[in-house]
Amino acid sequence: MTKLDAKIPEGSLAEKWTKYRSSVSLVNPANKRNLEVVIVGSGLAGASAAASLAELGYKVKVFCFQDSPRRAHSIAAQGGINAAKNYQNDGDSTFRLFYDTIKGGDYRAREANVHRLAEVSGNIIDQCVAQGVPFAREYGGLLSNRSFGGTQVQRTFYAAGQTGQQLLLGAYSALQRQVGMGNVELFTRHEMLDVVVVDGKARGIIARDLVTGELERHFGHAVLLCTGGYGNVFYLSTNAMGSNVTAAWKAHKKGAFFANPCYTQIHPTCIPVSGDHQSKLTLMSESLRNDGRIWVPKKKDDPRKASEIPEDERDYYLERRYPAFGNLVPRDIASRAAKERCDAGYGVGTSKMAVYLDFAAAIIRYGKAEANKRNIHHASDEEIQLMGKEVVKEKYGNLFDMYKQITGEDPYELPMRIYPAVHYTMGGLWVDYNLMTTVPGLYALGEANFSDHGANRLGASALMQGLADGYFVIPYTIGAYLASEIRTPAMSTDSEVFVNAEKAVKDQIEKLMNIRGTKSVDYFHKKLGLIMWNKCGMARNEAGLKMAIAEIQELRKEFWSDVRIPGEANNLNPELEKAGRVADFLELGELMCKDALERQESCGGHFREEYQTEDGEALRDDDKFAYVAAWEFQGESKFELHKEELKFENIKIAQRSYK
Amino acid sequence: MEGNLNLTLKIWRQKNAQIAGKFETYQVSGISEDMSFLEMIDVLNNRLIEEGDDPVAFDHDCREGICGMCSMYINGRPHGPNKGVTTCQLHMRSFSDGQTITIEPWRAEAFPVIKDLVVNRSAFDRIISAGGFISVNTGNAQDANSLPIPKDDADEAFAAAACIGCGACVAACKNASAMLFTSAKISQLALLPQGQAERSKRAEAMVAQMDEEGFGACSNTGACEAECPKGISIENIARMNREYFSSVFTSK
Repeated sequence: MTKLDAKIPEGSLAEKWTKYRSSVSLVNPANKRNLEVVIVGSGLAGASAAASLAELGYKVKVFCFQDSPRRAHSIAAQGGINAAKNYQNDGDSTFRLFYDTIKGGDYRAREANVHRLAEVSGNIIDQCVAQGVPFAREYGGLLSNRSFGGTQVQRTFYAAGQTGQQLLLGAYSALQRQVGMGNVELFTRHEMLDVVVVDGKARGIIARDLVTGELERHFGHAVLLCTGGYGNVFYLSTNAMGSNVTAAWKAHKKGAFFANPCYTQIHPTCIPVSGDHQSKLTLMSESLRNDGRIWVPKKKDDPRKASEIPEDERDYYLERRYPAFGNLVPRDIASRAAKERCDAGYGVGTSKMAVYLDFAAAIIRYGKAEANKRNIHHASDEEIQLMGKEVVKEKYGNLFDMYKQITGEDPYELPMRIYPAVHYTMGGLWVDYNLMTTVPGLYALGEANFSDHGANRLGASALMQGLADGYFVIPYTIGAYLASEIRTPAMSTDSEVFVNAEKAVKDQIEKLMNIRGTKSVDYFHKKLGLIMWNKCGMARNEAGLKMAIAEIQELRKEFWSDVRIPGEANNLNPELEKAGRVADFLELGELMCKDALERQESCGGHFREEYQTEDGEALRDDDKFAYVAAWEFQGESKFELHKEELKFENIKIAQRSYK
Repeated sequence: MEGNLNLTLKIWRQKNAQIAGKFETYQVSGISEDMSFLEMIDVLNNRLIEEGDDPVAFDHDCREGICGMCSMYINGRPHGPNKGVTTCQLHMRSFSDGQTITIEPWRAEAFPVIKDLVVNRSAFDRIISAGGFISVNTGNAQDANSLPIPKDDADEAFAAAACIGCGACVAACKNASAMLFTSAKISQLALLPQGQAERSKRAEAMVAQMDEEGFGACSNTGACEAECPKGISIENIARMNREYFSSVFTSK
């Protein structure tokens, strides 16, 4: 337990960050030029960190596995980004954003980090606007806001349903500017395959050039992992195909503790699975719950079409169970409620594993408002429908188009069918207040760390956290470490540690290539995904988790004796890349189940069936489990648990209620 | 077998940039019309792996039409027959049983083939590096609402900013011109008050880089706009030309 020091600054909550910034060690500009920083990943966290650190004068190297940094999966975030600007004059404040985030996370996040996040949230919007990010605006020219789950204010800034894309392109252009100036060296189509640790400090990475297959050694005075989450352990998720845990997992095996791996966010509104061929799931943004109403038939196994079911025979179950927040309850609650209805036999569609998300009422409401705006008196029902659809199209057009492409159904005419899907992972590498892992000099930013969302992330907070970490936190906190590294010259990558690290990576690749088994990588990935989804997904219990651990161990053995990887290791070989990632998922999956087993309570995205209230709500146990579970790797299937106690000094910890 | 589409695929296979490529023909059967085009390729690849052959290399990542990674030239059209979608959003219900589908990589000198259907599009990154940004370091910004921007300008800038950098415009163009891509970024920033300070320098620098990369000239056929999965308007090219010429005629 003594191993974890969160390094939270002294002082009152509201003063900690300000005081820290004014007193943290600085590195002078001449020394910055000699300090090298390796950044892995080019999403919101990685691109913003790379641009900001290069602007400060550090020598930066950026690695991404895609063909361009602009492809990182932050690009797919749809709905928006939160900031406590209070532009709507509806009672928002830094404290309220802090409070909502802690409560939304079911009281399992660290107060000091979350408050800092809320403090810098406004700066992010300012920075993005200055970069030319085209946020949605009102006719007066000012920024527009909307609501997201778990809040009662409008603090979400957005750019149609492409907010992540626009924010990432902003950070990407700042990064490319630094690349053009020669301050950042870019390595695309490169995958990090190990961290190099010299005398206890992170000093670089081993990366594979995915085109030539060559292994490369890269030195850095510090290494930043901005590599996203591990939702693809479930095979089917809303993550991109390439999203993986490899960088974080290799760091874990080199000494970085992995925190709260069992906290997985299952997003309530995704397009349901249509068949075995399915390679990924597609999210329908949470912003749709601003206007869409979720319902199922009141009658079990109702065979009628949605349009044939009259109003009084529909069960708007979220509005019924949670009148205060209605359709805008947090994601974990909305997902479990959908599962509960479907499991009880009220699901819709051919699979019966879906619920309706219905825009009919919103279309009429908007249509009537539009008629008033345009001074059209006695508008016909048809005219109202038409104008309402236009408004809905402006707000959500790209999402409706996407739904139609995938399902072949028109959501302007029929309610969407949706079901929960794996979307985000709150767990990640344990970091202290400086975002440093338990390996000195090794940092984790964005979704790759565990720090801000507790057991459940609120909508529109991932973009906020990724950019906060990269633009406004790491540029300060990295100084605390690098100020003491100014006397460390750049190390030769021909040293024994680097050479050995490269050899270990090479050996693993050869081992994989030489298995020459009978089954494809996807075969194992799908099998692992099914185990995780059924036994460590939306609901978990002791027997299931124990079974899952045994099954994963068995599957891992089978993988290492029977996987077939075609082609060679010395050129572009996507199957080899996938194999390395799945090998790591097969280890992570086991740790997730162990963490879920150990946490004998329900909180946020972690729902243990044994621990629930009479009306099926999650039941926390604050006396025993108000801690961060940080796992230390000690060899195959061996992990030691370290606990960081969570102290709530500014918020009264309470049973979460959205009723 | 999940569906009942049987297809003949003619796919460009090329081991690397040095070795000449050629078309190979494959049969796939039992394809479901609910599959995406890439999931259909997954089916083929799984079979090739089972049979001990090298699977077809292709770029893809988000599979929801936004990352811009997928890049197939399908039956002579970038991203296939449907308007306004990327290959990953193209579903097999757009094809019929017994059809022959020809699949090639993007063809452009500035996009050299890496393997099979994978090409190198890093030229686009270099065009952005030349000037596709506003020079504002982190921390320099004023309050976001201190700069009101007319909604129409903001919406138009957004429409240009929706470009996903996939390269379909280049692939569609007989001259392999990158004008639509480059002009979308120039337009976005020229339409916004934040972009004014570097406006003329930006247009010159980005156009110069575009030329240096070996992209062709624009001959106004409009194929780029027709094939763009995000509906980027060719009006952006006109705006870029205005930006560029007013810049070269007025610069010192």
